Amino acid sequence: MSVARNTGTRPLAINGLTMALSSKDLLGIQGMPKDEIELILDTAATFKDVSERDIKKVPTLRGKTVINLFYEASTRTRTSFELAGKRLSADVINISTSTSSVVKGETLLDTALNIEAMKCDIIIVRHSCSGAPAYLSTRLKSSVINAGDGSHEHPTQALLDMFTIREKLGRLEGLTVAIVGDIEHSRVARSNIYGLSTMGAKVKVCGPPTMIPPGIERMSATACYDMDEAVEGADVIMMLRLQLERQAAGLFPGVREYARLYGLNQARVARAARNAMVMHPGPMNRGVEISSEVADHTPVILHQVTNGVAVRMAVMFLLAGASKAEA
Amino acid sequence: MNILIKNGHIIDPADKIDDNLDILIAEGKIAKLGKQGTLSQSGAKIVDAAGKIVVPGLIDMHVHLREPGYEYKETIATGTAAAKAGGFTSVCCMPNTNPVNDNRAVTEFMLVQAGSASARVFPIGAITKGSKGEELAEMGELFAAGCRAISDDGKPVMNASVMRRAMEYSKIFDMLVIAHCEDSALSGKGVMNEGDVSTELGLRGIPRAAEDVMTARDISLAELTGCRLHIAHVSTAGSVRLIRDAKARGVKVSAETCPHYFTLTEEAVRGYNTMAKMNPPLRTADDVAAIKQGLKDGTIDVIATDHAPHALDEKSGEFDYAPFGVIGLETAVGLTFSLVDEGILSLTDVIRKLSTNPALIFKLNKGKLAVGADADVTIIDPNVKWIVDASQFSSKARNTPFNGWKLKGRAELTIVGGKI
Repeated sequence: MSVARNTGTRPLAINGLTMALSSKDLLGIQGMPKDEIELILDTAATFKDVSERDIKKVPTLRGKTVINLFYEASTRTRTSFELAGKRLSADVINISTSTSSVVKGETLLDTALNIEAMKCDIIIVRHSCSGAPAYLSTRLKSSVINAGDGSHEHPTQALLDMFTIREKLGRLEGLTVAIVGDIEHSRVARSNIYGLSTMGAKVKVCGPPTMIPPGIERMSATACYDMDEAVEGADVIMMLRLQLERQAAGLFPGVREYARLYGLNQARVARAARNAMVMHPGPMNRGVEISSEVADHTPVILHQVTNGVAVRMAVMFLLAGASKAEA
Repeated sequence: MNILIKNGHIIDPADKIDDNLDILIAEGKIAKLGKQGTLSQSGAKIVDAAGKIVVPGLIDMHVHLREPGYEYKETIATGTAAAKAGGFTSVCCMPNTNPVNDNRAVTEFMLVQAGSASARVFPIGAITKGSKGEELAEMGELFAAGCRAISDDGKPVMNASVMRRAMEYSKIFDMLVIAHCEDSALSGKGVMNEGDVSTELGLRGIPRAAEDVMTARDISLAELTGCRLHIAHVSTAGSVRLIRDAKARGVKVSAETCPHYFTLTEEAVRGYNTMAKMNPPLRTADDVAAIKQGLKDGTIDVIATDHAPHALDEKSGEFDYAPFGVIGLETAVGLTFSLVDEGILSLTDVIRKLSTNPALIFKLNKGKLAVGADADVTIIDPNVKWIVDASQFSSKARNTPFNGWKLKGRAELTIVGGKI
């Protein structure tokens, strides 16, 4: 049965691919096949139009309930998921640690089971512990979307980054992408390494040795400590946010030196390929990992935010809309 | 009750017995050993041990019985029941109870509870008050109450000077100092071995060096002080090397490892499997190979379980929040006997590491089957194949990474002080 017909969205002509993901959940990009990534990106392209309209809403997920279960502070990602759900006409509820029974010491599973008992379709989980969404996914019937877990994965961020790159540069295959910053603690870096390498891009990671985790090469990325070398000829420079509290943990001596060694400035942008894209998942530390001069001349960073809504609409649609349509 | 164990293969490395003999047990002691069929005793219970090995009762130098304070995890009663089910007639219990066993009252309480337990219990006292690593615990009081070893297991004694003084002071009583080797500044908030798998899972890593620098430090301090040092739960190739070198120099150091460190690697953590979370963490295949070599060449004297019971509620949920530790009393024999099939250890070596050596290191008058010895005897079927079913454990806890595993070799009968 055609999904487009069943859900009432604008036509989703996806080159004869099955309109569903192989899993009920989106936990990570690791192991996700190329055709599924392409399906999500192609679906996002059709949803991007919705956000450009005067009336930014389609009835696709009408009657579905989406819960944002956030165990870690977030404005941007939570808002993006919330808008995505609302633009698909789902009922979206936000639960964050400060306002819930979490502070009363209820276990993660009990909280999630209680929410599920209220009959929800998608639970979007952000948690400071790696593996928390995976743990819930095996115990819940609802679809679980990982909105960032510890240092593990942030799949929708990588999808929106890939969407944005593809939109601007027309392709992913054959590109060279430099990811610069605290790779060790970055779920954005991990998801992007998996996704970009699956899509045929070459990924270089760069940062101080204190922030490059062991075995990163096994995730099909090459590592270097010299930023000039890392950005040389790169088609995309993806900057990561520096967590300033890492200084106390001894991972870098200070922001001044960090900015000198690993900050993106115009001189470094000039070493990259012509028309290279500069990206940042936000929020930025201006003057630390990225100079204001570069940040202000990089509209892409805000395009990433816009595209985030479309990509999250696509993911929710493919998990809740498409799978139910086939049932 | 008298017991006559017939037709068994006796292996007692302490007394250099490796023969088919019958054993008569009377009044809680080994009364007679004799060629098969030569012993008889009217009224004795006959135990047929044909096809089985009869060995000195196994001794686990490293268990957590959780009582007092954490009775919801395990008690002295359930922990010793697990010991008996697994073939252990004696267990040495670590002091990280609540309150910590850093004083005579706690030790005496444990021994009172042990009076009605299924296996013998030898409490280990704390090195420092509250195991906080600051002031020495009253070792004289602990010794008087019955402790023969001290440890702050679960935590390192981070201050090298405190450890030095503890080692010196322990010499008054010739108490064994058992070191939990971990530099907590290096291990930090780590939850698994640092390496490829931790990078992939996004879990904070504990480098092998966190263990090795402390092993090196404590060996140096043992050299300085002349204290008897025992290194608990060795998990790294580096520590095996350090201990091997120290022994070659004549340092009074002994060492133990646990079945999980020669059976599993960090790969077992995949899927955020909290049953594979323990401290020290599961390491790499290279470390497993080094541990096996260390067992084979005698660098590692003892196999202990580090039996660490936790409630299933605690072990489910976020990997970061789950407590460290796995239980081991009821799987140790099967896992250790696989080393015999692999050609790493002989049957005699296995009994040395599970009974003879722990008795010698702990200075227990045990680990032997000579006439007059306490009748602590374990009868093991080395060939029986069985499947681990945690739901059937005598332990209160179920936190094992080996549930569902097929093992070969199991304790069939455990006799403690002449009682079945």
